[in-house]
Amino acid sequence: MSENKQKIGLFQEVSSLMKNNIRDYMMYIALIFIMAFFAIQTNGGFLQARNISNLINQAGYVAVMAIGMTVILIIVHIDLSVGYVAGFSGAVAAILMTKYNVNEWVAILIVLVMGLLIGLYQGLLVTKVGVPAFVTTLAGMFIFRGLLNLSLQETGTIIIPNEGFNALSNGFIPDITEGAGFHVITMIIGVVIIAAVIYSEIKNRKNKQKYNFEVPSSTVFIVKLIALSVVIMVIIWTLASYQGIPWTAVIVGAVLLIYNYMLNKTKLGRAIYGIGGNSQAAELSGINVKKVTLFAFCSVSLMAALGGILYASRLQSATPTAGLGFEMDAIASSYIGGVAVSGGVGRVTNTIIGALVIMSLTNGMNLMGIDISYQYIVKGLIFVIAVAFDVRTRKK
Amino acid sequence: MSDYILEMKGIVKEFPGVKALNNVNFKVKRGEIHCLVGENGAGKSTLMKVLSGVYPHGTYSGDIVYNGEVQNFKKISDSEEKGIVIIYQELALIPELSLYENIYFGHEILKGKSIDWNETIVQATKMLKKVGLKADPSMKVKELGVGNQQLVEIAKALSKNVKLLILDEPTASLNEDDSQNLLELIRELKSQGVTCIMISHKLREITAIADTITVLRDGATICSLDANERQIEEAEIIKHMVGREIDNIYPKREKKEFGEKALELKDWTVFDPAKNREILHKVNINVRKGEIVGLQGLMGAGRTELALSVFGNPTGYKITSGKLLMNGKEVHFKHPKEAIKEGLAYVTEDRKGNGLILMQDIRYNTTIANLEALVNGLAINENEEIKVANRYKESINIKAPSIEQKVGNLSGGNQQKVQIAKWMFTEPNVLILDEPTRGIDVGAKYEIYSLMNKLVDQGMSIIMISSELPEVLGMSDRLYVMSEGTITGELSIEEATEEKVMAMAIKS
Repeated sequence: MSENKQKIGLFQEVSSLMKNNIRDYMMYIALIFIMAFFAIQTNGGFLQARNISNLINQAGYVAVMAIGMTVILIIVHIDLSVGYVAGFSGAVAAILMTKYNVNEWVAILIVLVMGLLIGLYQGLLVTKVGVPAFVTTLAGMFIFRGLLNLSLQETGTIIIPNEGFNALSNGFIPDITEGAGFHVITMIIGVVIIAAVIYSEIKNRKNKQKYNFEVPSSTVFIVKLIALSVVIMVIIWTLASYQGIPWTAVIVGAVLLIYNYMLNKTKLGRAIYGIGGNSQAAELSGINVKKVTLFAFCSVSLMAALGGILYASRLQSATPTAGLGFEMDAIASSYIGGVAVSGGVGRVTNTIIGALVIMSLTNGMNLMGIDISYQYIVKGLIFVIAVAFDVRTRKK
Repeated sequence: MSDYILEMKGIVKEFPGVKALNNVNFKVKRGEIHCLVGENGAGKSTLMKVLSGVYPHGTYSGDIVYNGEVQNFKKISDSEEKGIVIIYQELALIPELSLYENIYFGHEILKGKSIDWNETIVQATKMLKKVGLKADPSMKVKELGVGNQQLVEIAKALSKNVKLLILDEPTASLNEDDSQNLLELIRELKSQGVTCIMISHKLREITAIADTITVLRDGATICSLDANERQIEEAEIIKHMVGREIDNIYPKREKKEFGEKALELKDWTVFDPAKNREILHKVNINVRKGEIVGLQGLMGAGRTELALSVFGNPTGYKITSGKLLMNGKEVHFKHPKEAIKEGLAYVTEDRKGNGLILMQDIRYNTTIANLEALVNGLAINENEEIKVANRYKESINIKAPSIEQKVGNLSGGNQQKVQIAKWMFTEPNVLILDEPTRGIDVGAKYEIYSLMNKLVDQGMSIIMISSELPEVLGMSDRLYVMSEGTITGELSIEEATEEKVMAMAIKS
């Protein structure tokens, strides 16, 4: 088999790889293109270490919400309420901390539990009562918008004084020494990440070879590993030359790892893809469709609450306008990241790329001083083009 | 009668990587019933799609000569204009519309620019009368059974002034009665001068109705047999289809030793809240270890409903009374999951609709019903999973390049094998097979029958639900007949004959 491979030639292998994974590669190409465009338009300002750090902090709340949304979309439901659930969660956190003097970590815990309960309420409506998700969560949009306004009616915008809370989306991980000229811990983490990536890729490849599955030739594999390492190193170096890895990146990274593991390695993950692919067949294969659906609703609301906390932390305040349009960014990120509109397909790792696309657009256009109205139009167009491309490539 | 209405000459149709049709020659005489047979993937459907213009002129090579003229159909409406109409296996009716709306859907009768509904109803009524369907033309299609829906499709074809009618497995989802009706209608149409091409897997029907039988294999014409000259035997057709002789369609089983009752239903009565009626009434059946029990009955007799109500009842029926015993112990399943745990497995009737997850690969589908066996802590042991999937792929001969092949890309027979692999991996005591060989070619059928024999030899019990009488009689050790939600008879295989079974199946 491997001899055969070599005969085909490198060029053909690369072109067939491109053809088979065009959907995934397009996403990266689009991201690079968008970043390059903004880098040129802002005379390099977009790619400055400061702005990259900023971008990550801004993208954090969308990223976690998009991860939750991805699971819901895979099982062919939707959650429109995440925006105002996030807004309301931020407000509750702020009220707990300022009005009731609750410790910030306790407040965060309470808000996350509240998120779970909101998910439970919406999930039960969908699974037990049978109200379609679209209607349930549209109603949720009304309800939580109302609750958000109500909770901030007396005080207006609440400024959050708690440093620990605000550090979540503004702070950076600590360093061991000062005066090295760069962030030492960040560099160490970078090296560890690269080592881990290389180790897992090699292990994966060996495993596939053991079962005689098709693997890319060793040339392509090594090029891929080097490219991956370089990209990670560039990002890490950029961050290290500023103030290090933002806490937001740590939180998003943790959420991403957990969800990625859950979807790819556990029974629950299999059940989610099964329900998305054919819920009747899944039910008859012994999967409790209602239970898994309930889980997905709890998870998406939990992520909305976490997103709300990150957003409030970023602004260091809770405002009545928080949450407006977040659901659009979360849904768009998932679809741009390759979740199939018909369900059953999607990866949270790609959703993160989708979120980066959306937030790069926001960040870049803000730097360029483009009016918000145009920003919406541009995002909408990119969103619909991405889905159109997705639908066309999937048909083949 | 020797002139040809249709001659397809040297048809070659290629898809990326495969030659689906390789120089096919196909001639149909005017006014005959011409049956087209072949294993799945032999090219029958592709050939008909070339004929009807689904694959437009230019995407294939070769000539289509219809009524003496070479035709270049660019789309389906081109061929329909000439009186060629295809009725597909999956009916193309719109359930929520009325019969008359359906019959003239796509070629509405116009008065000026608007639809003339009165004329439509008058004409539709005529068409329905021609096909012998006594139904109110204003009723909705969804209120009809599959058999009658098939008749509506034919009425629709007639309304298009059909000269050459193509039926793709018209009786695949019909019961014996409806099938006989349909075949009678096809004969009637023949006498009115309609030429008919029928694709079918049911050899008994073919030998009964065909004037000519053409066999396709691997994209090529193998032979055309004239059934008016001499009686064509089923065995001869099978020989041409598979390219070898199959001595016996139903493999014989060596030992027949039955143990204790593995599953027993006592006075099982089930109510369907959605239909607001009792769908099963006091059903008493049992299956012993090492036994294949057939469950025969007409469509709508309640066989699938029985299977579902036993298998954890996912459709939400109400089990109003009765007991389910497995290995002598009474059990109550609230979800298929619990049924699986107790050693029950159910291969569904509709493998694409609710059996398999088509967008996932063989590996995923093989293990999905018993992931517990592969879980190590939280994570699924993927190495072990690959081994399991490969083992089943080899042991039951699933034909695919690898276990990473998407199940949606497999042929019907291989999909069915994946379904069976999935349930074998749960190591059940009782396996319910619902129409296990529907839409599967002869070769794969034989493999599935052999597999059933192997499983019962190992001590498993099988309940086989099937509409095909010969299959039930060929495979079962004992059989029950159902009609309208009740068991109307139980027969040992020695006393069972087609006549006896049919008599019980129509008893109410």
